[in-house]
Amino acid sequence: LSVSPEIPKEDGRPKWDNKFQYILSCIGFAVGLGNVWRFPYLCQIHGGGAFLIPYFIALLFEGIPLLHLELALGQCLRKGSIGAWNTISPYLGGVGAGSWMVSVLVSLYYNTVLTWVMWYFINSFQEPLPWSVCPLNENRTGLNEECYESTAVNYFWYRKTLNITPDVTESGTLQWWLILCLATCWAIVYLCTIRGIETTGKAIYITAVFPYLVLTIFLIHGLTLPGATDGLAYLFTPDLNTLKNPRVWLDAATQIFFSLSLAFGGLIAFSSYNPPKNDCEKDAVTVAIVNSMTSLYASIPVFSVLGFKATTGYWDCLDRNIISIINEFDLPEESIIRQNYTAWISFLNSSHPEKIAGLQLKSCDLQEFLDQSVSGTGLAFIIFTQAIILMPGSQAWAILFFIMLFCLGLSSMFGNIEGVFTPLLELQIISKSIPKELISGIICLISFLIALCFTLGSGSYWIDIFDSYAGSLPLLVIAFFEVIGVAYVYKIKRFSKDVKWMTGRKPNLYWQITWRFVSPLLLLIVFVAFVTLQIQKPPSYAAWNPKYEGFPMKEEKVYPPWVLAICVLLAVLPCVFVPLVALFHLIKRMCRSKDPNFVPPEVLSCQETNS
Amino acid sequence: YAWDANEEYLFKAMVAFAMRRYSSKSTTQISNVLLCNVTDRVSFWFVVTDPSKNVTTVPGSEVEAAIRMNRNRINSAFLLSDKTLQFLKITSTLSPPVEPSTPVWLIVFGVVLCLIVAGIFFLVFAGIQQRKKKNKESTERENLEEKDEVTGTVENGIPCEVLDLKAGHINGVFAADDERFTSL
Repeated sequence: LSVSPEIPKEDGRPKWDNKFQYILSCIGFAVGLGNVWRFPYLCQIHGGGAFLIPYFIALLFEGIPLLHLELALGQCLRKGSIGAWNTISPYLGGVGAGSWMVSVLVSLYYNTVLTWVMWYFINSFQEPLPWSVCPLNENRTGLNEECYESTAVNYFWYRKTLNITPDVTESGTLQWWLILCLATCWAIVYLCTIRGIETTGKAIYITAVFPYLVLTIFLIHGLTLPGATDGLAYLFTPDLNTLKNPRVWLDAATQIFFSLSLAFGGLIAFSSYNPPKNDCEKDAVTVAIVNSMTSLYASIPVFSVLGFKATTGYWDCLDRNIISIINEFDLPEESIIRQNYTAWISFLNSSHPEKIAGLQLKSCDLQEFLDQSVSGTGLAFIIFTQAIILMPGSQAWAILFFIMLFCLGLSSMFGNIEGVFTPLLELQIISKSIPKELISGIICLISFLIALCFTLGSGSYWIDIFDSYAGSLPLLVIAFFEVIGVAYVYKIKRFSKDVKWMTGRKPNLYWQITWRFVSPLLLLIVFVAFVTLQIQKPPSYAAWNPKYEGFPMKEEKVYPPWVLAICVLLAVLPCVFVPLVALFHLIKRMCRSKDPNFVPPEVLSCQETNS
Repeated sequence: YAWDANEEYLFKAMVAFAMRRYSSKSTTQISNVLLCNVTDRVSFWFVVTDPSKNVTTVPGSEVEAAIRMNRNRINSAFLLSDKTLQFLKITSTLSPPVEPSTPVWLIVFGVVLCLIVAGIFFLVFAGIQQRKKKNKESTERENLEEKDEVTGTVENGIPCEVLDLKAGHINGVFAADDERFTSL
């Protein structure tokens, strides 16, 4: 009999077709909608170029160490999040369960955001774009009132898409067009995740690469638009004074953390399909740097377009003023143009001040237009769509933009679904004979049915709630326990040995210090600061109420107590698994320790699991 | 084009035309339309005098209605639009937006949905085919292994004593040929 060489044991676990697929999947998971609509906004309000300083510090001391930790963990233990944490220590099994719970909650609402993107995408095939014109009112004498008071873009978003109710307690009805789009989105997710990474690995080639293509196209086009340089200057002008505000550091830390999609369990799932001998250190650094570079790269076209929009708004304001002045004073056309507007105004003010005052001219200030910054869905569906109308060939730009957003969100959904799917496959409750296609189908079907609540009139308020409470605080808690668990329960010495076995070299001093002290400390500080800020004021939301007297401004409302209870539940539910599971095992052990034949199970290390 | 006396003449002619069409008074002449207060901005006031009765002007509401009826003719005579040729106090009626019979988005949606459903069916069927093939292959392989076990080939390196312990089925076809093999 010949001795078998060092071939890893064939355990029937699916694996990536090649390393590139794995890296693309991690990058696709990390690069999501937040890179496009949150990072540029943060950059802008926190002093432009100066924001990059806390951002990169957070990346270095929080992002990269945690990323390396998760990738190494998954690769070493070759199990999804629940199995991996159970293997590290049964007391830490709650960390895995918490990650799984968060992945479930986030998958539910994230796909609804993609539903909105899909709705806008299929509406982009019309001429003219439906959000560029206001519909007429019933007797065709004028424009629809709600649309007239706000803008056509706002009307299309709040009325035609969301059909939003004025209050979170009013549920409204199910919007059938959103249900159709939601079904389509879940069908697409099912199509791509039908056999786990076998199918997502093929789909990721398109969904991870295509956004970069579109961003480049928008970059080139955006830089040619008038006013682009104003927008870019506004974005990148550093204002170092903002660094004195602790809010800036907190925002940088949370942005890095959520941008890298840590603590979802998806990264652990992805790396568990790797061969054990793989350089996870290089992978982690690569993924983190690509993610940050993408954020920077994406902010350039976004701000060129925003600068273009601000300049166009400024010119429109000037033109309206010019028309009223010309009408009033009966001056010939083209006598006042934008360039000599200020000279004319000062001249007319000195000669006929009462006439000028009677005209009630709006003061046009480019800074004011640039200051109208929004993040999140407002950026994509209101501001960007408005800018797209102003470009020639708007249909093409709209289609490209929404496909890009869809791909960005879809690749993040793959990671979320993998974080749900992989641990379920490993739990003993599902028998091996059930085909994978059926399990993923059931997951997608159940998620679709639950996500139907987000298609109600008040759906977008609920998505904001889920985003702020389920998708933020529990992740910090879980990540904190991840680092503490590996550093102090599993012990860093052992972990370093495992990493050395996998990558061929011992993790250097940087990793040792960050894993042991810096990252847990930073996470603790961020968590405490986050909670403090949340508690300081009662949680409120901005409602779109056409009957509000300040309309089109949004009405500030406070959440009623039952909604607050749900918020707290969402934030606490994933976190509560950690102590519960630990307590459960503690009690089991205390009962078992009375049994003399009982031997406590050993914690397996990486090499033992694999050889 | 520059605004000169000829354009003014055309304007008077258009207003007269509008009055004629509206009130069917075919006696309105160009001389009945009077322009005044012409400014460089190209804005002016005009009145229409009644041809049948001298010196009286046609009421403003009639003129407004006449112009509203023939607005597009007046606009096209000057190659202008409602935005560039403005009659104060005459607001234009808005044209309804074009509504196609089926909303365009439903068509696009239908196309996308069909593609996805086709993809899902294809993948599911491919998976079922693959599973059937794998099952067939594994049963074939099992049969082959059983054959090997009974004839006692040495290639797979399994010693015969171990095989005797297994609950193997003796294949009747081969059992009869036992005498052909040399004893070990």
